[in-house]
Amino acid sequence: MRDKALRWRWELFLAVVLVAVFIVNINISEFYLGEQNFINMFQLSIEKVIVVVIMTFVIVNGEIDLSVASVMAFSACVLAALHQGGTVPFELAVVIALLAGTFAGALQGAFVAFMGLPSLVVTLAGLIGFRGAGRILVEDNSIGDFPEWFETLGQEPLIGRFSFALIFFLVLIVVAGIVLHRTAFGRSLFVIGNNANVARYSGVNVSRDKMMIMTASGFFAGLAGILFASRLGSVRGDLALGFELDIITMVLLGGVSIFGGSGTMVGVALAILIVLNIRNGLGLANIDQNTQTGVIGVLLILSVLVPNLVARLAGSLRVARTAERGPPAPGGPKEGGDTARQEADLRPTQG
Amino acid sequence: MSGLLSLRPERLRELSLFAVMAVAVFIFSLLIDNYIGGSFFNRVTTSVAITAVLAAGQTLVILTRNIDLSVGSIVGVTAYVTGEYLHNHPDLAPVLAVGYAVAIGAGLGLLNGVLVAYAKVPAIIVTLGTLAIYRTWLINHSDSRTITSDGLPDWVVELPNSTIVSFGDFDIRTVVAGSIALIVVLQLMLGGLKWGRWVYAVGSNPDAARQAALPVRRVILGVFVASGALAGLAGFLFLSRFGTITVNAGNGLELQSVAAAVVGGVNIFGGAGTLVGAFLGAVLINLLDQSLLRVPGLSEFWRDAVLGTLIITAVAVDFLLGKRLGRLSTSARGRRATGVPPPGQGASSDA
Repeated sequence: MRDKALRWRWELFLAVVLVAVFIVNINISEFYLGEQNFINMFQLSIEKVIVVVIMTFVIVNGEIDLSVASVMAFSACVLAALHQGGTVPFELAVVIALLAGTFAGALQGAFVAFMGLPSLVVTLAGLIGFRGAGRILVEDNSIGDFPEWFETLGQEPLIGRFSFALIFFLVLIVVAGIVLHRTAFGRSLFVIGNNANVARYSGVNVSRDKMMIMTASGFFAGLAGILFASRLGSVRGDLALGFELDIITMVLLGGVSIFGGSGTMVGVALAILIVLNIRNGLGLANIDQNTQTGVIGVLLILSVLVPNLVARLAGSLRVARTAERGPPAPGGPKEGGDTARQEADLRPTQG
Repeated sequence: MSGLLSLRPERLRELSLFAVMAVAVFIFSLLIDNYIGGSFFNRVTTSVAITAVLAAGQTLVILTRNIDLSVGSIVGVTAYVTGEYLHNHPDLAPVLAVGYAVAIGAGLGLLNGVLVAYAKVPAIIVTLGTLAIYRTWLINHSDSRTITSDGLPDWVVELPNSTIVSFGDFDIRTVVAGSIALIVVLQLMLGGLKWGRWVYAVGSNPDAARQAALPVRRVILGVFVASGALAGLAGFLFLSRFGTITVNAGNGLELQSVAAAVVGGVNIFGGAGTLVGAFLGAVLINLLDQSLLRVPGLSEFWRDAVLGTLIITAVAVDFLLGKRLGRLSTSARGRRATGVPPPGQGASSDA
């Protein structure tokens, strides 16, 4: 009960932050409040936010995928290399590039799900290795000259002012929210994220679910990489370099616990809006890309630091109150916020 | 076989690394004309010095079940700032110049450590954030100026080529000897001092360490400060080796340091591994790095793909062997010591 209230309190907090960002941005620039600015804001980060949706599943599941930006580059490089080779029709090349991203995710998923290796190391190896594989394919060239339909797909609006990628994202986040919060599969992801052993003993197929999520992560990263290629009109080895920072920041700012097992898609959607609006506002205020990245770094740390401090403050208040009333409950208050937090998170999903 | 089994797993691991290196050198000598020679030896060892110092710091952090992804940015910041200071104060005593770099690195490590140990923000989040923040600070601070070797004192520029002893064409460089000496001293401290044993205790079981009233927080703070300080030292070596420092200096070195530690047998779950192993991991990585460049038909673009493959292979092999060897040696030791059958192996999958 308490925990649930606390969770919605985080979403409320995000909403307040978002309104504050709005107000600041309106005062920064007259160009902020325009339909086109809002479309651009999404358009310029659309590949990132597509990956954010799947990263939410990965982190709720108790894993992490540091390789997403490299898998984006890998898929795009496969596409570019096939296009340059010229032996396969372009449509087939797109399919192969998608499969390449999916394969990258499945390979890492197999190490995580079936060998039990930590996803942190596996995807760190993937972060280095898949970008490396992409670099082998395109070396230091910039490959472009894609078919017209492909570039139109990324650069021109499809319906009204919305591009294909934007429509895809809007559908994706709604479907993802339903899958995560309203289906048995989604619920099993929370149970696994809370405690994989409990999930295993309650008959959840942990390995299969982890494999599916990591594979899906590769698929969506690959798709995002291809969409990025179509928007840019060219592919280089350093495509999407460093995107994992923004992506993970948005998920954690959205209130998803880095230890897995808790978080909401609504929170993540709010976090996406906050990060995009902050970047947009900084851009309108003529603050360069580099400083924006630094701000995202600060935001990443704060998004975990603030709830930790709030929880500890609330904890010490509770201890003080129980001390006034009488002797503490057996076992006493737990030291070490992590374990206490994980135990607290276990309750709502099991009930 | 029983002789090998009586060795501790770490020793076995270190021996196997020597075997892998021997095989690699043999294969490369077939592929490359005039492969083995003084100049190649010197090039590999000089680049090992930087990676090995970083890997030592990374190992200390990983031993406590944490990770430090900010070391690449710390190398960049310390190399740049120290170079800048030496430009303005060319008469600075060498000891003070090195001390300056180490102190700045330690300060940046202290910030990481406080956030991880006291604010309880997971290390991956903190250091992913500071990776961006430190680099952003450097880019803003530099104002797109580059440090060049012209303005540096002679002793800094000549340091990488200064040699202690030579065996024919094979030089033992001062920086190489120095970093080996440093790693040996740190290894002896880690194995012999109370503080060193605490590092292992905190990593292998944080809860037990807390129950045993070990100063868990101070140990974690300590390893982050040490990692920062060693990254500062590596930054100084970087400055003297390359002379020209741009804002991108040290980019990606964090991945190399994690790779060296993991390939060197440091358990990513903490509590097991040696600095000597990490040193050998660094040697192997640099050996492959420098050799691949010279294989006909391969290009520099292969290095990242190979590095990624190497990491995942090392982790997977460790995991498979560790399971088997661990079972064999505990059962052998258990029978020898008490005559009681060993407890079933457990707690391997839940970290």
